[in-house]
Amino acid sequence: MATLHFPARAAIAGVGIALAAVPLLKLPAFYESFLYLVFHWIVLATSWNILSGYSGYFSFGHGAFFGVGMYTTATLAGQFGMPFLWTLPVAALVAAAFGIGIGAVVFRVGRLRGELFALITLAVTFVVATVVLNTPLDGGQGVNLGGVRLPSIMASPSSTLYVLALALALLTVWIAYEIFHARLGTGLFAIHDDEDVAEVLGVPTFRYKLAALGVSCALAGVAGAIQAMFVSYVTVGETFSIIVPLNVVLMSVLGGTRHWLGPAVGATVITGLLYAFTAGEYAVAGRAAVGLILVVVILFLPDGVLGRFVRSARSRAGKSARAADPPLPASPPAPVASRPAAPGTATRESDAPGDLLLEVRGVAKSFRGVRALDGVDIDVRRGEILGLVGPNGSGKSTLINVVSGHYRSDGGRIAFDGRDLTGAPAHRIAHAGIARTYQIPRPFAHLSVLDNVVLPAMFGRDLLGRGEAEREALIWLEFTGLATKADDLPDALNLHQRKFLELARALASRPQLLLLDEVLSGLTPSEIDGAIHTIRAIRDRGATIVFVEHVMRAVMELTDRIVVLDQGRVIAEGAPADVMGRTEVVTAYLGRPHA
Amino acid sequence: MTLPSATLLAQAVLSGVFIGALYGLLGLGLSLSWGMLRQINLAHFALAFLGAYLTHHLTSVAHWDPLATLLLIVPGFFAFGALLHWVFARFAITPFNSLLVTFGLTVIIESAIQWIWTADPRMLDSAYGHVKFKLGALYVPLPELLTLAFATTLSTATWAALRFTDLGRAMRAAAEDAPTAAAFGVDERRLSLLLSGVSAAFAGVAGLCLALSFTLAPSQVYAWIGVVFAAVMIGGLGNPLGPLVAGIVIGVSESLTMAITAPAWAPLVSFSLLIAVLLARAEKI
Repeated sequence: MATLHFPARAAIAGVGIALAAVPLLKLPAFYESFLYLVFHWIVLATSWNILSGYSGYFSFGHGAFFGVGMYTTATLAGQFGMPFLWTLPVAALVAAAFGIGIGAVVFRVGRLRGELFALITLAVTFVVATVVLNTPLDGGQGVNLGGVRLPSIMASPSSTLYVLALALALLTVWIAYEIFHARLGTGLFAIHDDEDVAEVLGVPTFRYKLAALGVSCALAGVAGAIQAMFVSYVTVGETFSIIVPLNVVLMSVLGGTRHWLGPAVGATVITGLLYAFTAGEYAVAGRAAVGLILVVVILFLPDGVLGRFVRSARSRAGKSARAADPPLPASPPAPVASRPAAPGTATRESDAPGDLLLEVRGVAKSFRGVRALDGVDIDVRRGEILGLVGPNGSGKSTLINVVSGHYRSDGGRIAFDGRDLTGAPAHRIAHAGIARTYQIPRPFAHLSVLDNVVLPAMFGRDLLGRGEAEREALIWLEFTGLATKADDLPDALNLHQRKFLELARALASRPQLLLLDEVLSGLTPSEIDGAIHTIRAIRDRGATIVFVEHVMRAVMELTDRIVVLDQGRVIAEGAPADVMGRTEVVTAYLGRPHA
Repeated sequence: MTLPSATLLAQAVLSGVFIGALYGLLGLGLSLSWGMLRQINLAHFALAFLGAYLTHHLTSVAHWDPLATLLLIVPGFFAFGALLHWVFARFAITPFNSLLVTFGLTVIIESAIQWIWTADPRMLDSAYGHVKFKLGALYVPLPELLTLAFATTLSTATWAALRFTDLGRAMRAAAEDAPTAAAFGVDERRLSLLLSGVSAAFAGVAGLCLALSFTLAPSQVYAWIGVVFAAVMIGGLGNPLGPLVAGIVIGVSESLTMAITAPAWAPLVSFSLLIAVLLARAEKI
């Protein structure tokens, strides 16, 4: 992937230089204003996509952020006489601050996603419009910017606006490109598929969403500032109309929201289409055509034009690139030994076994009055495999969820490696070195198997760069026998392979402590044998494991020590053979004998 | 700021109730299709306006009685709603994509309205419009009274049908868990078509009420979205009485805002309510 960077950046720059020369050609004014509109919509659609396309938080409020920028310039330049160029950064700041303010509230509400997020952002647009309309910002009359002087960057005002819009469009596409390939982009795409899992794998989801929203709003704000001068007469009705959100959604969906260039392609196509219909009565037909295209695209091409093209191309490229790589060592434990030892992956001998790694004290968790965990104390020592068993509903999975930060505990204390992690957000727990698997596998559906494993390597304990993370991920795919599936989507895996993908994902974060939640359930006996072999291989390199399992054969074979939970309490603890024979354990599993 | 007289405030409350009834009527179909079919039908508003324009056309050009237009509109819209759901089911549209598709559909219908009837605002001049009752010092116009009657009747009837009939129970079961309901012999697909058709027919009735009391313009299609969504969400998705009750609460608070401050501030009330409800109740929606 790294080799692709140069051509794409050079292409953006090249297109920019070529287009910057257009005003010198002295073409009829029509071309400049048409291209201005193309750039304008490229900025709005691409900036929208940075939050909404990448992270899946579809906003219908882009018109609000655009409008805030527009009225910032209208107010500062039109009413206070600030030079126009100075208002551009101010518009960016005001729009970003406004967006981040909204995001800081909205993103705290866990389930405000999808259609609810779309509606709330639409409502924000109308609230802003009403406030602007009724305050001196607009006053109901609109703001005339006819008297504001444009800086003479180019010979004519229209050329100046053209060049400004071009520069902003290039900047926006370039930012979208960089975010797409950066840690931020990887995190946002994970948020798109499964936000909870992304957080547990170490993605600081709240911060990332805010950052994406801030960038998105700032760019839309500058687009609004330039547009204010382009229309030179700013009204609430035109600014906060439904047209902006409709067009940006349409353009991005048409071009492909999962690609940095998709919205720009869609914007160019739709703007051309709308322009072709501009004259008189045809404007109505043009709008209807746009509506029709939206319907048809959603029904027949949900990934967008570029999305579909890129998916097939990437799959081919990935396969051929990997085929050219030297084959990796295949047998399970070998790759682990051959790779440089990272902290926490040191072998058993070098670590003092027995010192306390995880300390759980009096942890409680209730769901609507049901006490799932009722004051649980557990110690996990470095280097051991601790079996966590108990009947269904005894609190095993809840404990895993609390320790990994998926749930917040109601009380008690959790310390890990000498640090207090009580109530810490899940991504910090992941950074500290705790990884988990899900009982029902939760892969990121739109990321390839390889990218599913790259993500935790990038966001785990060592925050690896993309290239290094890919190498790390390939090691673990090889280790779990999934290397041949690296370029497939998780859909293509069977349950057994999905469970191993969970395992590879957890291992790629280079954890100190691995929480395995029923990795064996649902597997056939021969698959279980293979899995036990794999877990033993993990154990042999000295990982500490908490092993939740119902398959008693595996528990007895693998664990050093067992803790038995029943109804949210620890009822027994000790060596496996000893514990499983105790009467209170037998009773918990089978009930009290009727005397 | 001086407080208006008691009569004026009472009149404001009354007109709030009437407009709230229209919010409730518009929200009824929306709430049913969203809550029970997981299909967010933005085109509901465009359909209502299409119904309003049809009423206007048939009344002013063909000289029908406004109420008689329902004979044409209700079955026609029912068929359209059923067809829409058939397409959604055929393409396995997710709730979010249903929002996008119906957004596109809204634009198409709105353009068609503008194409046929132009963008000029028009007001229906029907016999109903001139009838006003007097209730003490307050005026009660007939069109608004009709709206209130339609809204309460349809909401209550839907509520009763869902609660007390076998068909309604089957619908609620299918909405709760379609595969399980199907396993017990509920024909989920036919019920969904029926429900979607009924929702669209309700949009047609709301359209009649719009035509009787309001000036029509194509751009007005978008003006109702926020406030009606607020009513639907505050009322609880899939609850047939919810939109009416919530709509009246919103309507009254809006018209009091208008009476006390300026009319232009009214949207602030409904949209702020919508935002507050979304933030407070996101877990339950």
